[in-house]
Amino acid sequence: MTVDASRGAEAPPELVQLLTPEGERVEHPDYDIDLTPEDVRSLYRDLVLVRRIDLEAVALQRQGELGIWASLLGQEAAQIGSGRALTDVDMAFPTYREHGVAWCRDVDPVKLLGLFRGVNHGGWDPKEHNFHLYTIVIGSQTLHAVGYAMGIQRDDATAATIVYFGDGATSQGDVNESFIWASVFNAPIVFFCQNNQWAISEPLEKQTRIPLYRRASGFGFPGIRVDGNDVFACLAVTRKALEAARTGQGPTLIEAFTYRMGAHTTTDDPTRYRVASELEAWKLKDPIERVKAYLFRNELADQAFFDSIEAEADQLGADLRRRCLAMPDPEPLDIFDHVYSEPHALIDRERAQFAAYLEGFER
Amino acid sequence: MTVLSLSKALNEGMRKAMEDDPKVLIMGEDVGKLGGVFRVTDGLQKDFGEDRVIDTPLAESGIIGTAIGLALRGYRPVCEIQFDGFVFPAADQIITQLAKMPMRSLGAIKLPVVVRIPCGGGIGAVEHHSESPEAYFTHTAGLRVVACSNPADAYTMIQQAIRSDDPVLFFEPKRRYWEKAEIDTTSTDWWTPLHAAKVVRPGAHVTLLAYGPMVKTCLEAAAAAEDDGRSLEVVDLRSLNPLDEPVVMDSVRRTGRVVVVHEAPVNSGFGAELAARITEQCFYHLEAPVLRVGGFSTPYPPSKLEEHYLPDLDRVLDAVDRTFGY
Repeated sequence: MTVDASRGAEAPPELVQLLTPEGERVEHPDYDIDLTPEDVRSLYRDLVLVRRIDLEAVALQRQGELGIWASLLGQEAAQIGSGRALTDVDMAFPTYREHGVAWCRDVDPVKLLGLFRGVNHGGWDPKEHNFHLYTIVIGSQTLHAVGYAMGIQRDDATAATIVYFGDGATSQGDVNESFIWASVFNAPIVFFCQNNQWAISEPLEKQTRIPLYRRASGFGFPGIRVDGNDVFACLAVTRKALEAARTGQGPTLIEAFTYRMGAHTTTDDPTRYRVASELEAWKLKDPIERVKAYLFRNELADQAFFDSIEAEADQLGADLRRRCLAMPDPEPLDIFDHVYSEPHALIDRERAQFAAYLEGFER
Repeated sequence: MTVLSLSKALNEGMRKAMEDDPKVLIMGEDVGKLGGVFRVTDGLQKDFGEDRVIDTPLAESGIIGTAIGLALRGYRPVCEIQFDGFVFPAADQIITQLAKMPMRSLGAIKLPVVVRIPCGGGIGAVEHHSESPEAYFTHTAGLRVVACSNPADAYTMIQQAIRSDDPVLFFEPKRRYWEKAEIDTTSTDWWTPLHAAKVVRPGAHVTLLAYGPMVKTCLEAAAAAEDDGRSLEVVDLRSLNPLDEPVVMDSVRRTGRVVVVHEAPVNSGFGAELAARITEQCFYHLEAPVLRVGGFSTPYPPSKLEEHYLPDLDRVLDAVDRTFGY
């Protein structure tokens, strides 16, 4: 059986691409985008800084400062492109790997580290950033996003939600239920699937026998596959889908065809299940290098610009490291906080008993 | 005073909540035009519209998951799970998301979602329509779990559950849906807190602890025991999480004998929690071990056998007899 979901260097024909891996600008009849030189430099900056955050976090994990980390290496364009398409009123629902989208929503990166360091389960206020908390259970957040979008409808607001998930999540019941709900209620939502080809060690072939974006048609809304390593295309496609959602045209499924260059998380060993040649092929499609090539090719940036971004990244990395190490451990009695929003007798008693027990050691 | 069945009392309570707060939504399978398979939401869609009484696709995880999203947007969804045995497809959303998201957000998020679950047996239904899954949820921190037993409580408790900023699992005794009582819906003096237990029949010799459908059975047992000169106190727990321990322990200290009655299997059921807590807190007041009457360690049987499975007056009285054997 032929599977039209190749992971190799050859791009599948349905892919929307506006910038080739060599940094050449190409046109697409449905998805054009007008970017100023400043826009492109700004996108480049975000890509580089987010990659640095990610690399620093991996290093911190290796040094024992984080319990685990889910790297976004290779997926920067999918996240920055889609994240930059959002307006302030739109709401984003991430998995646990959307560090680039978090960056676009102005979430302090050190707050992402809190979750992985084990000081909390998510330390930012979703309402402040319109960026929901990370969700660990695969696909659960897709339903939350649809419900939120139904709330937007009831508020008569002009806004949309975007929900992120991976290729593995498309096998989950919740994701399929979210497609049904979104379609039936014509909810203002964009489903953004980052198909990074691997669900831990399970290849895409274990999740689907058709390209993922084509699933949308079975649920009654459009699906589009975009080059997930092309930040221009990701921005253009997401912008259009969000606009459709905001103007009452219902959901869109975007499949960002990309590749997870690193491990699933730092506990994983990809050499057990994938071949090195696959990685090498995808390195040639690096999302940052192609924007750099475009900037060079069109003389939109000089070496001083690239050096300044590198310096900024160095500073960001060092700052992140310093603030990660300075993050205080939570207090023991914090265990009992925020379980309920209203008083709860059992929690109150257990807190008091544990406090008394702890005090026993201090006498 | 108005005479209302338990199901109609729930309906009136939800109607009142919807009138009071435009953010209250009803959602579930068949809750709209049909009014729910038990007609508990009868007429609400007609009066409040399809945007507030939402007929959903047939998927329980989707109902709870989207209710969470609506709550994140500021709404107060009241979800109907059609039957107890169908809550399990939604268990992931209830346990991993609904219960834990407020804590995950360090208190930034409140999830005022009510999950209504018609529970228990005694109506001659087929498999998965007669179960008592409450212990799965009392085991989950972050949820409030309550069970109404009579029309007056149904009317007030559903309104309190909807007003709560915490997620509430609301168990409704389906075989009591049609039982009627006088309710003063105009009174403002009904605010027994949602978490409070009630002594519904005072007694001196044995405490019967029950909730939901078994409260009536226990009241009948207490009436019958009176003929034998035994005075049974019946406590309607109303809330399982949190448990109103002062009311429970006070009763146990006065009587010294306890029988817990619920429909769910005894093994790892909520009665085990009660027995453990009572033993810890009232050990020197007990004249006998805490005895439990409930379902067997079997799946809920076919309906022709359910009268044997469900605790009835005789099984309760048999346990009462046994407490005097120690």
